Amino acid sequence: MSRPSKRELARLITGIENGDPNALRTLREWYGRAGRAHIVGVTGAPGSGKSTLVAALTRLARSRGQTVAIVSVDPSSPFTGGAILGDRIRMRELFEDEGVFIRSMANRGALGGIARSTADIAVALDAAGYDLVFIETVGAGQAEVEVARVAETIVVVEAPGLGDDIQAIKAGILEIADILVVNKADREGAERTMSALQAALDLSTPSAGTAGHHGPGALRRVEAPAANAAGWRIPVLKTIATEGTGVEAVLDAIARHRQYLDQGAGAQRRAQRLEYEVTIRLRDLLLKRAMQQIEPARYRALIEACIARELHPQDAAQALLNALSREADRTPVE
Amino acid sequence: MTQTPEAARPLRILIAKPGLDGHDRGAKVIARALRDAGMEVIYTGLRQTPEMIAAAALQEDVDAVGLSILSGAHNTLLPRVVELLRQNGMGDVPVFAGGIIPDEDVPGLKAAGIAEVFGPGTPLSEIVQFIREHTPPRHAVGHQSSIINHQS
Repeated sequence: MSRPSKRELARLITGIENGDPNALRTLREWYGRAGRAHIVGVTGAPGSGKSTLVAALTRLARSRGQTVAIVSVDPSSPFTGGAILGDRIRMRELFEDEGVFIRSMANRGALGGIARSTADIAVALDAAGYDLVFIETVGAGQAEVEVARVAETIVVVEAPGLGDDIQAIKAGILEIADILVVNKADREGAERTMSALQAALDLSTPSAGTAGHHGPGALRRVEAPAANAAGWRIPVLKTIATEGTGVEAVLDAIARHRQYLDQGAGAQRRAQRLEYEVTIRLRDLLLKRAMQQIEPARYRALIEACIARELHPQDAAQALLNALSREADRTPVE
Repeated sequence: MTQTPEAARPLRILIAKPGLDGHDRGAKVIARALRDAGMEVIYTGLRQTPEMIAAAALQEDVDAVGLSILSGAHNTLLPRVVELLRQNGMGDVPVFAGGIIPDEDVPGLKAAGIAEVFGPGTPLSEIVQFIREHTPPRHAVGHQSSIINHQS
């Protein structure tokens, strides 16, 4: 395969997003060639500076001779299905770089299969020869966590002064982090955010490090970070992405995590990741099939019954499923 | 409740501000209106060169490009965007413009390939309508099939 042009790649990505069978056919051909790129998920609360950090990491990676693709995922409006995708504003100096490909994506709602299309787009960018693929998502919901989980290395970005976001991170995203970054570290409260993250890490990981041990060097890595079950020590790093401060340590940590994966831990992770990916694809297919087979009138009637509190939502879902099974009993297996 | 990908597919529109003026209120109003009309808007912010705009349009595979310009440099910048899109094989992607553009400049811009120029006060619904009518249909081979049909 010759390297696809950016135009070809861009159109393939559109096809993947739209579930175009032709795109999936191409992707199947490309799948065997993928597996060389390092897929890095970057997730965190709105306002934590993810896009700026990704842009800074990209500039640095470019200066180290790597080619970089960025997939930036933002939520679709639940009301209109539309979206404003503005992450490029923070990446303007990368637009014309031949070795950089940037794609903005809307998540297209819970039924949009965002995790599936993101995984496929990562395969396309990988097969197209990009060394490093960043998948940037707002770490706000389950869908975003799923997106991040298709990556090999996951960077969770936090910033001081975002209020309860630490709680959100504790609740879910922290567990998927391989690298933690406190961005906007020049802001008040950075130390507090660092120690909150460290404390949360110590709670959620088996071998507790020496939490809260901060030296005078403001942008130094916290010593003795906690290690996750597989022996990777999750670094907590400070950055000021707008100035590029601390970005080198993050890119180094990303590279170190890849080495760690290559030294054996990666095989198990890859197996887990693919098992997860197959499972979410199966879930998407089942849901899609169900939604196609369910009678709209019946569906609405059950929702109405829930609204009137005559029916518990669980029983409504069960009723829909039962109707599907009866349908399946009547039709012979293909 | 059948969904075809084509039916569910939102239009992707690039909204950009070429040139050096620093006012993006109009561009943001358009971006919001298009989002509210169910489109996916890639907004790239202020002070874009035609090269940056064309590069973004290429990578984002957009269905249309909207340019907001107040600086007075429209006669050079807008045709340049069209030219670069053509060089990228995106000559069928309509480019529309808004902002402060004198009436006497409009024929020249249209001759240079700008699909439409919307002056101040254009109803947003008119712009939405224009985009819906002028975006080229997607290479829609197999667009009737869903992913599920494809698997069987």
